[in-house]
Amino acid sequence: MNFTQNRIALQTIATREFLRFIRIWIQTILPPAITLGLYFIIFGRLIGSQIADIDGYSYMDYIVPGLILMSVITNAYSNVVSSFFSAKFQHSIEEMLVSPLSNNIILLGFVSGGVARGIIVGITVTIVSRFFTELPIHSYLITFSVFILTSILFSLAGFINAAYAKSFDDITIIPTFVLTPLTYLGGIFYSIKMLPEFWQQLSLINPILYMINAFRYGILGVSDINISIAMMIIIGFIGVFYLFALRLLNKGTGLKP
Amino acid sequence: MPVALTIKNLQKTYRNGINALKGVDLTVKKGDFFALLGPNGAGKSTVIGIISSLVNKTAGKVTILGHDIDTDANTARQYIGLVPQEFNFNIFEPIEEILINQAGYYGIKRSTARKRAKQYLQQLELWEKRHSMAKELSGGMKRRLMIARALMHQPEILILDEPTAGVDIEIRHSMWAFIKQINQQGTTIILTTHYLEEAENLCHTIAIIDHGITIEQTSTRELLDRLHQETFILYLKNELNTLPQCDGYTIRCLDKTTLEIDVADNQLLSDIFIHLKECGIEVDSMKNKTNRLEQLFLSMVRTKHKPNIQPVAIQLPIEK
Repeated sequence: MNFTQNRIALQTIATREFLRFIRIWIQTILPPAITLGLYFIIFGRLIGSQIADIDGYSYMDYIVPGLILMSVITNAYSNVVSSFFSAKFQHSIEEMLVSPLSNNIILLGFVSGGVARGIIVGITVTIVSRFFTELPIHSYLITFSVFILTSILFSLAGFINAAYAKSFDDITIIPTFVLTPLTYLGGIFYSIKMLPEFWQQLSLINPILYMINAFRYGILGVSDINISIAMMIIIGFIGVFYLFALRLLNKGTGLKP
Repeated sequence: MPVALTIKNLQKTYRNGINALKGVDLTVKKGDFFALLGPNGAGKSTVIGIISSLVNKTAGKVTILGHDIDTDANTARQYIGLVPQEFNFNIFEPIEEILINQAGYYGIKRSTARKRAKQYLQQLELWEKRHSMAKELSGGMKRRLMIARALMHQPEILILDEPTAGVDIEIRHSMWAFIKQINQQGTTIILTTHYLEEAENLCHTIAIIDHGITIEQTSTRELLDRLHQETFILYLKNELNTLPQCDGYTIRCLDKTTLEIDVADNQLLSDIFIHLKECGIEVDSMKNKTNRLEQLFLSMVRTKHKPNIQPVAIQLPIEK
C-alpha cells in the first residue's frame, strides 16, 4: 500500500477506536471524572486539610497532577486492552489480519485509540480538578509531553497484555495486581522524600514514579527526581514496548494458530 | 488460462501436535469457480486460513496471482476476499460502518467505500438494515453481510468457507445467484461446502482433500463421468406383494410402495420401467437416491473405519 492508502487505513482504525469508546462514554469517560471528584473531596479537602504542605504546595495541589496522570494511565491501558482483546475474542481482528495492513499500522491504530481516550479523560478530570484547586502550569511543554508519552506507553502495555490474554480474567490481572499497586506506590499521594532511605531507593525501580514526578514538575515545578532521566525512561520504555508489541504481531502471538 | 492460486506441498502441524495438513497441492485458474471439498477435519479451513494469513503454515509454498505469501504477503492479501465459516465482525457496530471500515483497511477512500457499501447492501438485500447493529441481524443476513464485506475491496479471488451453512433454501438460492454473477464478472471463487449439490451446480473444478492431503483435483464434468452407477428411488402407486426381478439390475424393496434400483452407466432406466409395467407395477414418481457428486465423494473419502451404511431393505417374496 502507498502512503495515502496507509494514511486512510490508519485513520480508519483510529476513528473506529475513537467511536468505540465515545459510543459508551457513560462507561468510559464519566466514571474517571466521578472517581477523581471523590478523591479530590476526600483526600484533598477532608483529609488533605489536616496534612502539612509538601514542597511548598497544599496537599490538594500536590496530589492533583498524580491523580490526573493516574486516570490517563488506567484509561489508556484499559481502552487498548479491552478493545484489542474483544477484537480477538469476537474474531473481528481477522478483518484486519486478512487485509494488506502492515502490523505497524494496526499497532498505531490501536495505540491512537488509547491515546485519544487518555487525552479526553485527562482533559475531563483536569476540568473537574479546577473546581477544587488552581492549576498553575509550570511548563506546558513538559506537561503535554508527559501527558501524551504516558498515554502512548500504557496503550502499548495494554496491547501487549491483550495479545497474551486468553480470557477476560487475563486482561484484569495486570491492571489489578501490577498497574494499580505501581501507580499508588508511584508517589501520587506522597513525596518519596517522606520515605525511609531503603523505601526511597526501592521506589526508584518503579517506572510510574518517573512519569508522575515528571508530570508534577510540568504542573507545579517540583519533582523528587531529575526530569531528563524521567523523560529518557519514558521514551526508552515506549521504544521497548513498541518493538515488543510489533514482534508479537509479526509472530501472530495470540492471533494465529 | 492464468493461474490465480498455487499451493505446493502445504503442511501444517498445530502446537498441540495435530498434523492438519500433510502435503496439499492445488492450482486454481483465474476466473474459475473452484470447490474445495472434504469431510469434517480434512483440513479445508486450515488451507483457507493459511491462504488468507490467519494461520501460520509449517511448510510449503502459496502464491496468489504470482505473489508469494511469505515474501510478498501484503500484495498477496490485496487480491483475497474472505467469507469465513464463523461470524467474525464486531456485533456492536452498525453494518454500513463494518463495510466502510473494511474498505478503509485496504486504503479505499470513504466516499468510494460508501458507494460500494450501498451497492452491495442493496444487491444482498440488506440496505434497509444499514443502520442496524450487526447483532440485530438474522443468521442469513449475517452471512450476506460477510459476503458484502469481503467484496468491498473488489478482490480478484473470493474465498467462501461454507457460506450457506444454516441458511434457508430461499436465501441459499439467492446467494448462489449472486455468487454466480460475481464469478461471471471475472472473480475467481473458491468455495468449501458440505452441500454437494451446491458444488455440483456451481463449480467448474473440484478438489477433494482428506486427512490433510489432496486426493483429487479435476473438472466437475470429468469427476461426474467417473460415476459408473446411479441409484434411484421409485415411489409406486400401489403396494407390492412380491419383489420384482429384472435381469442385470439390483432391486431392493425399502417398503411396500418404495423400490431402490441400481443402474449402471451401460444400462437403461427405460428397461426397468418396461419390465415394471409388464409386472403391473405403476410408478408414481422417482428421484436420485443421493446427489451424484455425493455418491462419488463418499466413495473417495470412505475408509475402512467408516462402514458403508445401507438402508435396511424389507423382505418380500421374490417374483417368479
